[in-house]
Amino acid sequence: MIEYNRFTLDNGLTVLVHEDNATPMAVVNVLYDVGARDENPNKTGFAHLFEHLMFGGSIHIADYDEPLQRAGGDNNAYTTNDLTNYYCQLPAENIETAFWLESDRMLSLAFSEKSLAVQRKVVCEEFKEHYINKPYGNLWKEMRALAYTVHPYQWMTIGKELSHVEQAHIDDVKAFFFKHYRPVNAILVVAGNVKTEHIKQLAEKWFGPIPMGDQYIRCLPQEPVQDSARRLTLEADVPLDAFVKTWHMDARLNKGYYTADLITEILGGGASSRLYQALVKEQKLFSNLDCYHFGSLDAGLLTIEGKLVKGVDIHKAEQAIAEQLQQIQEQPVSIAELTKVKNKTESVIAFEDMSIMSRASSLALYELMGDASLMNTELDKYHEINPQDIVDYSKHIFRESNSNTLHYLAKQR
Amino acid sequence: MLNRQIQPPITDAVSFDLKLRQCEQYKLDNQVPVYSMHAGAQDVLMVEWVFKAGNWFEQKNIVAGTTNFLLKNGTSQKTAYQINDHFEFYGAYLNRTCYNETASITLHCLSKHIHALLPVVAEIITDSIFPEDELITYQQNQKQKLSVNLKKCDFIANRLIDEYVYGFHHPYGKYTSTLDYDQINRTDLLAFFQRFYAEGHCTIFTAGKVPTDLPQQLNQHFGQLPLQQRAIPNIQYNLQPSIDKKYHIINDENGVQGAIRMARPFPNKHHPDYQKTQILNNVLGGFFGSRLMSNIREDKGYTYGIHSYIQNHIGETAWMISTEAGRDVCEATITEVYKEMDILRNELIDEEELSLVKNYMLGTVLGDLDGPFQLIARWKNYVLNNLDEQYFYNSVQLIKTTGAEELNALANKYLNPTDFYELTVI
Repeated sequence: MIEYNRFTLDNGLTVLVHEDNATPMAVVNVLYDVGARDENPNKTGFAHLFEHLMFGGSIHIADYDEPLQRAGGDNNAYTTNDLTNYYCQLPAENIETAFWLESDRMLSLAFSEKSLAVQRKVVCEEFKEHYINKPYGNLWKEMRALAYTVHPYQWMTIGKELSHVEQAHIDDVKAFFFKHYRPVNAILVVAGNVKTEHIKQLAEKWFGPIPMGDQYIRCLPQEPVQDSARRLTLEADVPLDAFVKTWHMDARLNKGYYTADLITEILGGGASSRLYQALVKEQKLFSNLDCYHFGSLDAGLLTIEGKLVKGVDIHKAEQAIAEQLQQIQEQPVSIAELTKVKNKTESVIAFEDMSIMSRASSLALYELMGDASLMNTELDKYHEINPQDIVDYSKHIFRESNSNTLHYLAKQR
Repeated sequence: MLNRQIQPPITDAVSFDLKLRQCEQYKLDNQVPVYSMHAGAQDVLMVEWVFKAGNWFEQKNIVAGTTNFLLKNGTSQKTAYQINDHFEFYGAYLNRTCYNETASITLHCLSKHIHALLPVVAEIITDSIFPEDELITYQQNQKQKLSVNLKKCDFIANRLIDEYVYGFHHPYGKYTSTLDYDQINRTDLLAFFQRFYAEGHCTIFTAGKVPTDLPQQLNQHFGQLPLQQRAIPNIQYNLQPSIDKKYHIINDENGVQGAIRMARPFPNKHHPDYQKTQILNNVLGGFFGSRLMSNIREDKGYTYGIHSYIQNHIGETAWMISTEAGRDVCEATITEVYKEMDILRNELIDEEELSLVKNYMLGTVLGDLDGPFQLIARWKNYVLNNLDEQYFYNSVQLIKTTGAEELNALANKYLNPTDFYELTVI
């Protein structure tokens, strides 16, 4: 049970405080309700590029990192398709420095041309390091474009192509900031050795004066139900054939999401999972095989991905996966197997909750989804799922017409 | 009126009175030492068995790593599937890792399930059989994984730089080839297992919400095993660093980035320069605000990240600079690294920068002392390196007191370009 206090400032900023006096540290976590899904299709990668720019100086403070480090703190940030999250951890007695820094960059960035020019290059190198200069680096770019026809999940957070990042202009930066980085679109979570009353004063003092801004109303094109299977084969200079197949699944808060989560565990969670045991160990068709999803807030993709043992025909491998999927649709899982994946979920949640940093970001995420208290009822939702739910939902999603298949083949030399 | 230009008052981390939480220590009946850290609010537990079974002790490449990897793949009573299913049923994670001197088995679980899990860990340590079929699958899959990794410039660079610094026949410098996988056999594994696990030397670390009867449980399952009896073989290796210092390798004609590694030999943790040099390393490339990051990422945009660090070895080590940079700016990146070394040798670090680095380091130490797993990791590091808590207090004291002149002297001693191996892999 994670306890917290919540209040809202007049400018719409939601603030959550989680007190934990067992630690000498404090975490200040600011979540902005904007991710890659909110980007213009012709200017992709912007939310993530923007995250870099948030460290390039704010209106009154030339450098974000230096004063924080001087206060004994450390920080980082991440951008997903759904949201952007900034967090810093520092000794609790120095927490006001974090308020000073975070509030100033919410008030306004400095919009430095130099920072933009440098971070464009840095992000291009990040793009190259992870998605161009690595074998299979473009696999997910291709799969997303195949699986989504209209929803902006069709591109990755790094962007569709280098040129979008290279062409980012300072006017785009300003417009993006004043559209999304307003108190009314943000959630502030403070966790650690703090007192709510004190945090209230600090929040009023530093964040209170920031203009509210306009609430961002998200209006994204929703992906229509897929009615025919899509397939793509491509070749690249890689050593092994790779297979990846996805199926559309439910959005984050629906029951289907929790069921899909357990299905991925049954199929691919660990070395005793079905796909690993049958296809890696027994039939020796794949050298590795994973089943997972991305935890997306909008309707996401359940994924099976693996590399084939050299010499195995990819159609044969695909057929073997299909047989496993057939089985989960026809035979209800045993209580023991269902208990196993629920136990694992319980364990994952307990380990996640160990650090205040992780508790803070979880509170922010659940608040974004509607209510931080959802964090405390999460495990119950898994416990409600029964064997018939697994059968029903497997039948629902593992329709061939709901699938996208990518054969990523090693180019023959 | 709120003045947003001025940083609110801070307490300098230098004034913190940092205390390392004590670790409970005891021995099982067979003299296996146990270090235990009872802390944290969640009902979670970590138990780690550390054996003197690293690649230091193998006579043939990858025997230590393969033995460690296949510990979960079968006993005379259970198949690999049954072992995995057992741990996963309880939502537990059983991991194993092979290092140079040591090899570990690590269990993470909810505290309430520990009683069901310890007997199977004991079974693995006493009765692993390394089934032939499991070995064959492992060989095939590891070779496939290697073939993918060999396409990555950073993977190649990490292997080669170690070879240059330590020599290929030193445990710190050797790496794995396809041929090694082909040549390994079951007999090698069984012999290594018997000598270095079943009859080996073990140290146990536990942390989290430690059940009060854990000492009894550990003693019951592990205290009667024939551990700590045979002497640890005394094996010495000579360093054989390469003669040439500069390397440029094209691994992928179409590569758009180069993996750059620059390294020089450095003494181990017992050397008087070691802890002070950590401060200098932070200034150079040890954190986001370091000179290398500020210059090469934040000013020039040559890379997504550049770091320097001292490798975490028990024996001799190396001071390393590591980055992936755009192919056309690799040369420029190396030039800038040397420029930064030059400045550290020729100019004193000013007080403002030095106090920032010290505050940052001490703040990080404070954060690292938070949580049972971080605490036991620190204790483990001291125990395995033959250090004690005094090392912690020395380190904190040195961060607080080391001055710019001393750091400048260290820069002149250790940051000479001619001492560095230099490698770029495209």
